[in-house]
Parts: sequence; C-alpha cells; structure tokens
Amino acid sequence: MNQITKRFQNKLNIASGRVDMTHGAGGRAMNDLIEQLFHKHLHNDYLDQKNDQAILPAPAAHERLVISTDSHVVSPVFFPGGDIGSLSVHGTVNDVAMSGARPLYLSAGFILEEGFPLADLEKIVISMAKAARDAGVAIVTGDTKVVEKGKGDGVFISTTGVGVVPNDLDISGANAKAGDAVLVNGTIGDHGVAIMSHRENLAFETEIVSDSAALNGLIADMVAAVPDIHVLRDPTRGGLASTLNEIAQQSQVGIKLREDDIPVRADVQAACEFLGLDALYVANEGKVIVICPQEQADAALKVMRAHPLGKEAAQIGVVHDDKDHFVTMETVFGGGRIVDWLNGEQLPRIC
Amino acid sequence: MKYVNEFRQKDLARTIAQNIAAEVRPGRDYHIMEFCGGHTHAIFRYGVQDLMPDNVHFVHGPGCPVCVLPIPRIDNAIELCEKHNVILCTYGDMMRVPASKKKSLIKAKAEGADVRMVYSTQDALEIARKNPDREVVFFAIGFETTTPPTALALRQAKKEGLMNFSVFCNHVLTPSAIGHILDSEDAVADPAVKLDGFLGPSHVSSVIGSQPYEAAVAKYKKPVVIAGFEPLDVMQASLMLIRQINDGRCEVENEYNRVVTREGNLKAQKLVAETFELRDGFEWRGLGWMEKSALKIKPAFADWDAERRFELSESKGKDVKGCACPEILRGLKKPLDCKLFGTICTPENPQGSCMVSSEGSCAAYWSYGRFRGGDEGKETAA
Repeated sequence: MNQITKRFQNKLNIASGRVDMTHGAGGRAMNDLIEQLFHKHLHNDYLDQKNDQAILPAPAAHERLVISTDSHVVSPVFFPGGDIGSLSVHGTVNDVAMSGARPLYLSAGFILEEGFPLADLEKIVISMAKAARDAGVAIVTGDTKVVEKGKGDGVFISTTGVGVVPNDLDISGANAKAGDAVLVNGTIGDHGVAIMSHRENLAFETEIVSDSAALNGLIADMVAAVPDIHVLRDPTRGGLASTLNEIAQQSQVGIKLREDDIPVRADVQAACEFLGLDALYVANEGKVIVICPQEQADAALKVMRAHPLGKEAAQIGVVHDDKDHFVTMETVFGGGRIVDWLNGEQLPRIC
Repeated sequence: MKYVNEFRQKDLARTIAQNIAAEVRPGRDYHIMEFCGGHTHAIFRYGVQDLMPDNVHFVHGPGCPVCVLPIPRIDNAIELCEKHNVILCTYGDMMRVPASKKKSLIKAKAEGADVRMVYSTQDALEIARKNPDREVVFFAIGFETTTPPTALALRQAKKEGLMNFSVFCNHVLTPSAIGHILDSEDAVADPAVKLDGFLGPSHVSSVIGSQPYEAAVAKYKKPVVIAGFEPLDVMQASLMLIRQINDGRCEVENEYNRVVTREGNLKAQKLVAETFELRDGFEWRGLGWMEKSALKIKPAFADWDAERRFELSESKGKDVKGCACPEILRGLKKPLDCKLFGTICTPENPQGSCMVSSEGSCAAYWSYGRFRGGDEGKETAA
C-alpha cells in the first residue's frame, strides 16, 4: 500500500528522468514537475500563491512601469560562464534596466523538448534562481509547455520583466546628441566567442567565458551619479556595431569610433581572426553602451570602473551631426571606414 | 596568438605611406589590381586607401572564390540536395550566393534541403561517417588554397572506404585568371585605365609558390608583387610595385616572404597532383569560359566524384540583368558604376556574387565605404 501511495505521489526522478509529453499535458505529471522542480527552486511570496497570475503592488506615484520581453534559444544550453537559465534572467533584467529602471519581477515561459534530461532542467532552474536572487528580482509567474522530440532544441525560455523608473528619468535610444561621449563598460565579443568555442562542429580550446551578467546594479550606480545619461543600450545580438547603428538611426546622428579605444580581449581577437569574424559584430550579454554629455564622461567612467562589471570601461567614440546617420571608425591602422549593420549572419570566411 | 597586431601598426603604416608619397610621380596614375578578395577586404577594413596618394588606384580583382563560381554550378549544388536528397556540406559564404530563379542554398535549406555549413573538409567527412545511410557531398570551391584540404578528404575517403561521401569539385586556378585578365587588357582602348601591375595572391602562393607567375610577367610585361593579407603587407607590396613601375622593371617580387617561397608547398602540390587533373575548360562568373582554368577529380578517385555519381542537369542560369559583376570582376567597372548597387542589390539581398562574400568588392564597398563615392576616395568622415 505504501508503495502504491509513493507511486501515486510520483516523485520526479530528476537524476535520470527525462521530460515526456505528460509533463506538459496539464495533469498530475505537470503538477509534479512544477512543484518538485520549478517551485522548489524559484519560490517567493508571489509564486507561492500558486495562482495562474501574480498580483503585484502598484508603483509609487513618482514612478512609471517598465516592461520588456525576451526569448532565449541559445545552443549549447550550457556554455562557459553561464547557461540558458542565467542568460534568460540577465537578458530581460538588462533590457528593463536600459531605461534606467529598477527591474523587480520576471515571468518565465518554458518550452521543453520531449526527452530533455530532468537533471539538466534542474541545473538550469537552479541557475535561474541564483541569477534572479543576485539581480534582486523575483520570478513571480510561469508556464511550461512540452513539444514532441525534434520540434524544439532541448529547452527554450521566454522571460518578461517588469520594473519601475522615476518619472523624471528620460533615457532612450533617441536621445544621443552631437558632442556626446560614447562609453562601454568593458571588453566586447566575449559571449559570442565563448558560445562558438563550444559549438559541436567548432569546439576549440580557450579560456574565454561569456560575459553574461545582470547590469541593473551598475546601471543604478550610474543613474545615481550621472543623472544626465542620454542613452543606455546593451549590445547583444549583432554586437556593438549593430547596436550603435540602431542608436544612430533612432537619434538621427552619426557616431565616430576609435578602434584603438575599443576594449577587446586578446584571446577573443585571436578567435575572431581564425574564425574570420569581426568582434564588433559578436554578441555580448553583459555589456552596456552609455551615451552622455562629454563633460560627464569622466564621472560616468569613474562610477563604471568602481563596479565589478565595469573595470575595463572606456570611452570608444563621440556622437556628431551626420545626415546619413553613419557609424564610422578610425581604424587601428589609421585609415577610416564605416561600421555597417550586421548583414545576415556573420559567416566565416574561407580563405 | 602572435603576429596579429604586428602587421597593423599605425606608425609603420605612416612611414610606408610617406615612402609611397615620395616615390609616386605626379602627373601619372598608378592602377594596381589586388588580385585577392583578402586584399580587397584588408584595404577596406583598415582604410588603406586613405593612406595612399590620390593618384594610386586599387582595382579589385577576381580573387574571391565565391564570386567567380557561375550560377549553373550553384544550380547543380541545389539540385544535388533537392533532387538527389544528399546532405550538402558547404563553406558558409556559399550559402547566400544567388542562383537561378532567385534561389540560393540558404533558401533551399529553408524549403527542407539538407544543407550543412562546415568549416573544413574534415567536418564533411565526419558527417558522412555519422550518416552511413545518406549520401554526403562536399561542395568544393576555391583557388589553390582550399584545394589541398579537398585532396586530403578524397584520399581519406578512399582509404576508409567511405562510399557515401563524394566531392562536387569546383576548384579553379589563379594563374589562368591573371592571364585572362591581361589578355582582355589588350582590348582596353583607354591607356588611362590600363593596369600597371598586380598585388599577387598570398595564401594561394603559399601553396603554388611565386614561380607560376613568372611566365605571365615575362609574356605580358606587368610586374607582380606577392602580398600578404594584412594591411601593412598591402602597403609595403604597393610600394614595391610602384618602384618597379617607376623603374620600368617587370619582375615577380615577394613581399610575403615570411610564408611564400618560389617553389611553394611541395607536399601540398604532390597531394593535389595525386587527386586532381586539369579540366579542358571551366566557366567563371564574370570572366567567362577559360581553357585549362580548373581542376577535376582523377579517375582513380572516380567513386568519390559527385559529378560522376549523380546525374546533373545542364543549367543555363544567367546573371541578373543589369548586374555589373562580370565587369567588376575584370576591373573594368567599380561597384558604384553598377545601377543595381545599393538599390536592389545589398548584402541583405544580393543580386550578384560580388555582393555576397565579405571579400567581394561590392560587399566591401557597401559595408566599409559606400558613402565615400567616386574613387572610394577622400571624403571619408572617419
């Protein structure tokens, strides 16, 4: 009888079990998964209410709500310096924080592929829990769906973040002005190269780890010290080059870079050399482009360098008037070039 | 990794630029064709033109392997995966090259064809080993640089008895292309746009050596300086070429002597000779039909030759009307002379092959310097 009761409770076999179609069917198996895996690691007052929604307190009168959403499909799901779980927290926390906001809550939607190991799923959820705790946000509601084998790639995670921003703070990609300084908080291209070094058909030995990190702490320090920040944006997919082009378009300005001033790790540069890539176009997950008046650049750099995520912060360029809204660069060689949007996907050159 | 930044030093570049400025004669122009896409890429990526005097002009040559492959061969590659249901392994750049009927390998893939991007022939062999029930074809393209790895794959496949693997061979030969360009130079009536000399291929020459250019230099009386792909290489080799032109000399000189010897890589040459033989002729995009300008797989390796194994149709695919790639590949036009450039033809939506690879001159113009206009000139904003 005891044995039957135990089976009825259906303790998840996390060590060697795998996701099957019942885990997404809405029945007991799904409930087991939610209880024994998601709630166990992610619990907080909102999640513990076990409703289909979380009811959140209203923001203060001097604040506005900020919301952002992001889907994560990274392959491989575990990579040096992070995994899809921590990435799904960092990505959305950063998107919310780029308005100058304080991120508070996250929702998380999981699409699991039949056959995905429960042990890996648990590792991912534990990693999400830690990332959320470290960033000071709570995962307050979630959803799980299972798709048949072959219809997903292990696990996809969508997160939506909610935060609050003071009414008087106006940070936007449209605010860059001629004369502004363009800053970045550290080396570029680390994330993309770390991921590539672990792709199945490309594995190469390197100590490069992803820069995946929640930037809301750094942003809070900056907003406090340099209230006149014009633009904050994280250069994720498409890299620094594409993000600067977005800003140039949105603000109707040109941006001039100095290649000598752009921080790139030597091993990232080496990997880009032999892969035929340009670090300017390689993804980052813990970097922020900061655009502020030139006279406040030193103050901003000082705050950035005092933060663990901004030790290698540098001014990489300036904003100027340009009717074509080009991003241009003085190369390490002393010549000039434009820095275009990423076209298609960065494909390796063959010779 | 060492020797990356060493060849990109600004101070050395300035010194060479001063030497070039002192060497060039006012009142004449210098038309230098950089043969390889790698040179074109370096010139644009680092802004080399900005450091050159106004009367030195780079003319972009046909040395981009993706750019010179004609549409019918890409149609055949698509046919291999769509009709013969093979796993087609290809270098990344080939994926987006437009073929007939606005198709490309990347579009075929989206429609269900099994196209895999690989980084080396070894990846393709591994895919064949892992999929014994499927036919796996390696889409072999490129000049002499990429031929030895293909040769090695053929030899390995034969040794292992890997019967589900084959090679669709499209390897082409550099000296034929240089000869062809110089032949068609005779037809150029305007002496002001005639080529004065060549920056010779770097990686290709590491395999074939500098010796194969000697005949062309003797025959056509145009100097060649073999140049590496780093921006300092391009500048130093340009200086050497300008000196030859000023002295009235016509020699094969080797700037890239840290890698290239006169004889080249004999081991690689032996490997290629063991597996490949000359084709009677081959169609090049832009340059047309050229005799003895490409390689085919030797009969001893016939079992691994996709052209023998699969029946391929004769495609009559032609370039998009108005596309100036043929003239651009021969140095007769610049990308900005093409009316499709930047209108319907961009790297996102390439109409011609020169817009696809980052080594193609149209893509380089678009990505690094489209705003400069004219002679990729001096209006740089940076």
